[in-house]
Amino acid sequence: MWRYFGRKLLIYGLTFFVAVTINWMIPRFMPGDPVQSMLSRANIAQPEAVEAMRAHYTNLFGFDLPLWKQYANFWAALLQGDLGISIWVFPTPVTDVIVRAVPYTLGLLVPAILLSWVAGNRFGAFAARRKWLDNTALPVGYVLTATPYMWLAILLAWGLGIVAGVLPVAGAYSFAMEPSWSWEFLGSLVEHWLLPFASLFLVAFGGWAIGMRNMIIYELEADYVHYLQSLGASRRLVRRYAFRNAILPQITGLALQLGVLVAGALVTEIVFSYPGLGHLILKAIQNQDFFLLQGTFLFIVIGVLIANFVIDVAYVVVDPRTRIGMGEAA
Amino acid sequence: MSLTVTDLRVHYRTLRGEVKALDGVSFTVADGEIMGLAGESGSGKSTLGKSLIRLDGRMRHVGGTVELDGVELPVGDSAAMDRFRFSEVSVIPQYSMSALNPTRKIGKMVAELLASRGERLDPAELERRLELVGLSRDVLGRYPIELSGGMKQRVVMVVSTLLNPSLLIADEVTSALDVSSQKAVARTLLGLRDTGLVTSMIVVTHDISLVYQIADTIMVMYAGRLAEKAPADVIVTEPRHPYTRLLISSLPEVGVRQADKRLSGIPGSPPSLLDPPEGCRFRDRCPLAFDRCAEQPPFTEVAPGHSVACWKAA
Amino acid sequence: MTAEPPESVAESVAESAAVTAAGSAAVVTVRAPRREALYFALRNGKLVAGLVVVLVFLLAALLVPLTIDYGPNDYVGPAASAPSGEYWFGTTTFGQDVFAQFAYGLRATFLVGLLGGGLAAVIGMAVGFTAGYRGGLVDEILNMITNIVLVLPALVVLLIVNAYLGVRSVGVQALFIGLTSWPWAARAIRAQTFSLRSRDFVDLARLSGVRTPKIIVREIAPNMSSYLFMTFILLFGGSILIAASLDFIGLGPTQGVSLGLMLNNAARWSALHLGMWWWFIPPGAGITAIVGALYVMNVGLDEVFNPKLREM
Ligand SMILES: Nc1ncnc2c1ncn2[C@@H]1O[C@H](COP(=O)(O)OP(=O)(O)O)[C@@H](O)[C@H]1O
Ligand code: SF4
Ligand SMILES: [Mg+2]
Repeated sequence: MWRYFGRKLLIYGLTFFVAVTINWMIPRFMPGDPVQSMLSRANIAQPEAVEAMRAHYTNLFGFDLPLWKQYANFWAALLQGDLGISIWVFPTPVTDVIVRAVPYTLGLLVPAILLSWVAGNRFGAFAARRKWLDNTALPVGYVLTATPYMWLAILLAWGLGIVAGVLPVAGAYSFAMEPSWSWEFLGSLVEHWLLPFASLFLVAFGGWAIGMRNMIIYELEADYVHYLQSLGASRRLVRRYAFRNAILPQITGLALQLGVLVAGALVTEIVFSYPGLGHLILKAIQNQDFFLLQGTFLFIVIGVLIANFVIDVAYVVVDPRTRIGMGEAA
Repeated sequence: MSLTVTDLRVHYRTLRGEVKALDGVSFTVADGEIMGLAGESGSGKSTLGKSLIRLDGRMRHVGGTVELDGVELPVGDSAAMDRFRFSEVSVIPQYSMSALNPTRKIGKMVAELLASRGERLDPAELERRLELVGLSRDVLGRYPIELSGGMKQRVVMVVSTLLNPSLLIADEVTSALDVSSQKAVARTLLGLRDTGLVTSMIVVTHDISLVYQIADTIMVMYAGRLAEKAPADVIVTEPRHPYTRLLISSLPEVGVRQADKRLSGIPGSPPSLLDPPEGCRFRDRCPLAFDRCAEQPPFTEVAPGHSVACWKAA
Repeated sequence: MTAEPPESVAESVAESAAVTAAGSAAVVTVRAPRREALYFALRNGKLVAGLVVVLVFLLAALLVPLTIDYGPNDYVGPAASAPSGEYWFGTTTFGQDVFAQFAYGLRATFLVGLLGGGLAAVIGMAVGFTAGYRGGLVDEILNMITNIVLVLPALVVLLIVNAYLGVRSVGVQALFIGLTSWPWAARAIRAQTFSLRSRDFVDLARLSGVRTPKIIVREIAPNMSSYLFMTFILLFGGSILIAASLDFIGLGPTQGVSLGLMLNNAARWSALHLGMWWWFIPPGAGITAIVGALYVMNVGLDEVFNPKLREM
């Protein structure tokens, strides 16, 4: 088991290293003089901003230094939490901008992932091998999982927000309010949260339901199920065992889908102008704020790595086989 | 009479039509009898075994009856069969190595299985049974992955016989094992009968020489039908059916294990069960075939406890 | 019994789950005889329905643009008009024909699916076959690389790359997508290769001195061809979805038109608030229909090749 965690941590460590290296390297592949081109692309008015940027870029790229030194400096700055200054909201440090946005993204993503996973698995297991449900629910599941996140978001915003007018479609709380700990403000938060949450939840729900349905059908053909049936075990027991075993690949599936779910959250936030990381990314791109973009990238990678590790731990808790000698991994 | 099977017909539904894997099979197994069921691969042994306890998805009960201890088993109706499974008919499946739920501790699985059948688990009895097959109670706290193949096999034997079934079907229980484990399993099967935990038994095998050591009688199948049934030593020493004779003579020596060599000694191959020919199914390969063999030979008793389906044997 | 290296259960289960996660049942290669496979294929409602939808859209992508004598971004009609006999899908705020954009956008969608999915499939096969067949250190290293690329969130990496380097064409976009979306396929193929590696016919080829690449191409790949095909279909659908997201964020190809870009424009120019539903419904519906049809097709194929999953 410790070997298992050691291996996982090694992979996550290496991944972080690769992510940082990509972050350092990509700007160097930019055609032409990167500092100049970034300055001109940024086209900002304040002269002090331009100066600050030039200083930062020159320092960042440090072209007069040997390559390894540039790389080392990059890591040094990173480890001090210095991700540069945002151009979009000059002169706020990128780290601050991101830290302010992270709660919104987490507030959307974590409930959407967990609830869709639980509900999707329950529903998929229930639908499997129940003919009428399977035949009606399955196509819906496939449509949902094939839907681009932003499109469902747009449809919900249009249908429920604009046409029906029941829910707000932009921001995280009413523009007329100042953040505070009042019931009114919390109500506004929830109201604004509902639609982006719903669109994330629905797409993910479809995927889990289908995955679970397929896994259950597969499990119901397993030898241990046939044995139980030969001994006249109740249908309930058989289904319980099948569910329990089918949930394991779904946990692994959760880890594999994290990237897609995060991407879904980003585009959903863009549709709803929800002030999380996705919104930052859009602003960074629109304003050519490369520091902000790179900083957000690193934050997301770190978040995904942590989530992966949490899932690994959950897997070990749920699958007894990982906890005993790993001998016969058939 | 413990088990009476009458004109049992079971087909597999496939695209090309019905595979007539069991085409009119009648025999009896007496109380206390261990019957070996032999025949080359594809002759319908497993189909017969499954028909007595649980038809799988593609099998269809076409006709015939199965009576156990005077009660007719609803073999074609899976839900109605549940009442008889485990307590009256039980099975040690061919896939014993993977028959246990990998994510449940064995003890827990057994308890849950019994509970779902409305039976109470007597822990002392369970431990005694485990002891009989040389397992300690510790296995109950383990997951299947922690046991060796032989241990899993023995656990399955104990589980399958917990409710003292009248009839136990053991399908190729030895083929995945090495020679010494095979002997042990054979002894265990014998012990189950001798201690009265199981009344009678059908031991499916393609290895006559092994089953000969424990079986009271041996029944030979060929292409979905019965060829011959007789006391074990009669089958080995004085077989009457030409197929049985070839089968026995292709064994190097009784008692020495013969792998599944698919009867390389007999030229030709069995007919397709999709559309089997009229008459004796062994006709194409039979050295004794004559005109009359175009007509199906009945499975008749030629001596006490010895039945054969061959015109030449009568 | 199997020749798998000592590896954690979690990992080997993960491998079989990789495909599941993408929307299909875990597959065991069961080789059905070809005729039987074809018989089932033609009678499998899911497969046929999925295929028909995909083909209809493919034909539309290929043929419809030929019948339109102006470009997708030309300002041809009245601004912001609802669907009519003349402009079937209406026009944008700028008077561009939404139907023309849709038809050309379908081309970009299929192209990015084909190229991106194709490249990912090629990389996935190369890595999966090599790792699975060679085993040992080669496997360790490839596995490590696969796992790293697997945990990196692909879209976010693509954001950085596209933002800095700029992507002009669908081809370049597909290239980057292919480079980031192969890992689950590599893992799945590796696991399958492991199980085939120790079979008799592979041993026979190896003993008779056939070289490794040839064994892989001649003996192993054909034995999992159905599996490879299904993997490709899933990669194809995945590429389309990633490309749509990138386009929507505004990092798509700067030339031409795509369904994702249409969504981007619709959102950017407030089609929602203006009630111009004809601008944002067709592109999203097109993507959903194509990707959904691909997934359904995949389940159908799975049932064709894996008889256990068929309902009787
Ligand atoms: N699932 C199935 N579908 C179609 N035919 C089958 C199936 N299982 C077995 N059969 C056919 O039924 C016949 C008997 O098979 P089986 O009972 O497994 O034989 P044995 O156990 O003696 O080897 C064979 O001809 C085999 O091809
Ligand atoms: S009936 Fe005829 S063909 Fe059949 S076994 Fe007897 S002799 Fe041979
Ligand atoms: Mg058999």
